[in-house]
Amino acid sequence: MYRINLIKTITLLFLVITFSVSAQHDSSTEIQAENSHAETDLKTEIKEDIKHHLQDSHEFTLFRSKTDGSGFTIPLPVILWDSSLQIFMSSKFQHGEEVAENNGNYYKIYHNKIYKTDAEGVIELDEHEHPTNVKPLDLSITKSVAAILFIAILMLWLFTSLAKSYGKNNGIPTGVGRFFEPLVLFIRDEIAIPNIGEKHYKKYMNYLLTIFFFIWFVNLLGLTPLGVNVTGNIAVTFALAILTYLITTFTAKKEYWKHVFWMPGIPIPMKIILAPIELFGTFIKPFSLMIRLYANMLAGHTVLMSILALMFIFKSWVGGPLSFGLAFVLSILELLVAVLQAYIFTMLSALYFGSAAEEHEDHH
Amino acid sequence: MEIPGIVGAGLIVIGAGIGIGRIGGSAMDAIARQPEAFGKIQTAMLIAAALIEGIAFAALFAS
Repeated sequence: MYRINLIKTITLLFLVITFSVSAQHDSSTEIQAENSHAETDLKTEIKEDIKHHLQDSHEFTLFRSKTDGSGFTIPLPVILWDSSLQIFMSSKFQHGEEVAENNGNYYKIYHNKIYKTDAEGVIELDEHEHPTNVKPLDLSITKSVAAILFIAILMLWLFTSLAKSYGKNNGIPTGVGRFFEPLVLFIRDEIAIPNIGEKHYKKYMNYLLTIFFFIWFVNLLGLTPLGVNVTGNIAVTFALAILTYLITTFTAKKEYWKHVFWMPGIPIPMKIILAPIELFGTFIKPFSLMIRLYANMLAGHTVLMSILALMFIFKSWVGGPLSFGLAFVLSILELLVAVLQAYIFTMLSALYFGSAAEEHEDHH
Repeated sequence: MEIPGIVGAGLIVIGAGIGIGRIGGSAMDAIARQPEAFGKIQTAMLIAAALIEGIAFAALFAS
């Protein structure tokens, strides 16, 4: 009863806030018409800010003032292969505004990509607004790479110390192990065994556990105010999906290829029609894995950023509490999405491995 | 007259919403009928929802 009352109160509060916002909106229409020019500027600025947040970057900016450029930025190493190896810190770019000089070569960042330029930093554009400058091979430790390395080290430390603690305590979990043991057991008993089968599940367990915890941790890191967007980067999800694809392909038994190229139990003309479709399906499966994770995380970040931008759009006291409330609720939803996407990726990977490892006598 | 891409995006979202809504509703019915099969039904529901979601996102990017 108390809970229902609480929900009612919160709903009422939200309704009141929303109505007061729309009332505010009506009364200030005339002023807005005058300020419409400034408004569009604000909107493009917000759009650019969101885009900037979603992109990878060569430096780790925690906060930075737009007016005087002061703030806190961690420079990251830039590694270029441009007929020879070029390594320097991204602080040389001065937040992408200056030309960086290293061993007599000049580089400039244009639309988040590094191009080779002359000493003045001239970027030549062709008729499609694409730069014609030489683009060196960029192997830099960017923001996303730094985040992935951080998560990798964290996972290595966490799970090796966890494994050691089991040895010390005769297999009884202690400390953080009490939190992780049910999760590991869940992946084994609810994901691996039902999908892959008792017989073959063990050789896939290490991959399934790694990918589950990696995606989950990286998603959670994306929800911190650090502003990293790793799984919302299609290159990262592409790499993860390729791993699943390679493991499915190279552990596949005869039965799997038989189901792809010569589906048993159907007439021969249908087999001929089905074979290319099934073959296409093997590529579609990792492709959908890639798109799903990428799009979910990108959508989550975009919506969260847009809601936070509400406080700049409503120029009144309403904006702050409204965007705080909505962002708070959405962050809790994103906590759920973070674990759900990790679960679905692991689950579908296990499903594909199961179809690959299936043998004739297995029935599950 | 050219139809803007945002209309297509709206149609996609309607379609995906109907699809996921139906899956969720059917799963609710199934759980109500057989509460002991909750785990299995939930897994199947999530897989089906994820497949629809994948298609919807692919279409959204194309629009």
